[in-house]
Amino acid sequence: MDKILEIQGLVKDRGKTRVLHGVDLTVSAGERVALLGHNGAGKSTLIKTVLGLTKLGGGSVKIAGHKPGSGAARADTAFLPEAVSFHPALTGREQLTLFARLAGQKADIPGLLERVGLADALDRRIGTYSKGMRQRLGLAQVLLGKPKLALLDEPTSGLDPISRQDLYAIIDELAAGGCAVLIASHALTEVEARTDRIAIMRKGHLVADDTLAGLSAKAGLRTKMRVRATSDADALVKVTGGRRMNGASVEIEIDAAGKMDMLQKIAAMGGAVADVDITPPRLEDLYRHYAKEGMH
Amino acid sequence: MRFLAIAQAEMRILARNRWLFMATLIMVLFALALTFAGSAPTGTLGVDMLTVSVTSMITLSVYLAPLLALMMSFDAVAGDAERGSLGLLLSYPAGRGEILLGKFAAHLAALTIAMTVGFGSAGAIAAYMGGAGLESVFALLRLIGTSVLLGGVFLTLGYMVSSLAKSATSAAGMAAGLWLIFVVLYDLGLLGAVVMDSGGWFTETLFPWLMVANPADAFRLWNIASSESVALASGMVGAASALPSWAAPLSLAIWPLLGFAFARLAFRRVEP
Repeated sequence: MDKILEIQGLVKDRGKTRVLHGVDLTVSAGERVALLGHNGAGKSTLIKTVLGLTKLGGGSVKIAGHKPGSGAARADTAFLPEAVSFHPALTGREQLTLFARLAGQKADIPGLLERVGLADALDRRIGTYSKGMRQRLGLAQVLLGKPKLALLDEPTSGLDPISRQDLYAIIDELAAGGCAVLIASHALTEVEARTDRIAIMRKGHLVADDTLAGLSAKAGLRTKMRVRATSDADALVKVTGGRRMNGASVEIEIDAAGKMDMLQKIAAMGGAVADVDITPPRLEDLYRHYAKEGMH
Repeated sequence: MRFLAIAQAEMRILARNRWLFMATLIMVLFALALTFAGSAPTGTLGVDMLTVSVTSMITLSVYLAPLLALMMSFDAVAGDAERGSLGLLLSYPAGRGEILLGKFAAHLAALTIAMTVGFGSAGAIAAYMGGAGLESVFALLRLIGTSVLLGGVFLTLGYMVSSLAKSATSAAGMAAGLWLIFVVLYDLGLLGAVVMDSGGWFTETLFPWLMVANPADAFRLWNIASSESVALASGMVGAASALPSWAAPLSLAIWPLLGFAFARLAFRRVEP
């Protein structure tokens, strides 16, 4: 696959404190990667470095082969800052027109604003917008042109649940068009379903970088199965080695590797089993695992 | 042209937040007040009323042009940074120099409008009431042009403090400090030195050059030295005649470039 964002051994110091310790991360064309971490874990610094807004202390960063902050890199990159803000005296249309001209794009501004649900507010001053509307305007400027890389910092902050759905639909569209998308977020349940890969930062280290399934396997977190017996729960306990929950149910915790074997055992019991629920480890469990792991 | 896109947006902002209107109104009110207040000595000096009006307005502009310019420019960078819109702007392909140049073009255009309308209307009234010669019309045009130039110097100095300051509030404080130093304290310091020196080498040789090195004084010298009748009306011929005629225009021409270079250097270090 086409690597758009390539970060290798990125080091950054602020004064005497090292805030990024040799971070490696790549995002390919069409890939959606979630960047997770506590406040102060280094996510924003990482994004600023990719944008060329702050100098790197060591290592290398390439955006479609260009140096961060270079004209070519900036032309390829779209950015949605956390809690995006604009000059309150300009209208949505004027602000987007300015951005389009700076990017050297001939863009269909009304169409873009329609796309993010701001068609009614086109000619109203941004000062009158709600936080969610400003966020939508921020998203509209991400869609200007055809960015190769989109850096979205907390894109859903201030959005209601419906708008969040819309936002992820737009992100999916971007990725489908071949854009590499990096989403820094705290909203674990959202990114869980909507990204291809998850990177977790902790105190300036990248402590995890894999698919959700891969992370679960590495963390050794177990999948929970809850099996309900038609009549004899004790027989179920005997076969599966699980734990009696209540009258009819048994709970089993199992490694990802043993999941299929267990399912076959359960299926072999035929009519003795009334129902099976499978709960894989959630991103929240994984995040807790990786973000709290011992020091590197 | 990316800087033109920035300039257009900045011009809109100046018009929307009433800055353009307020700056023009301030110029008109002060210029008219001075013209009417200064209408007395025309007969005794033998110069027309426009000359007297221009002379008063030169003194006004020394204070007002830097003040208006600094008030427009002090939050150009710090304000955007504080609002949180600077990071996004800098992620676009426009260079930092282009951003500054765009803001400068818009702010300078606003100053030009304010100066032209303010001094122009006062000048027109003075000419209508007390007559005007060709020389005094030139003096008025020179006043407008040099006032814009002087304003331009302080616009760039405003961007510089705006880039150096941690917040818009501290940028405002630094801008006030700049104004005080260039417009008031520098002259007071020179005056003190001249009094101490009592007509020695410093007063004869160094003092005029030190004076013309300050853009506010260069503005004053240029306007006064260029017109005999203005010099007569202002009673300030001595210092101007000690310098070659190119000194003041050169100083006012170099300062905006110097200020812009300083602002650009300071802006480069800004990390949103």
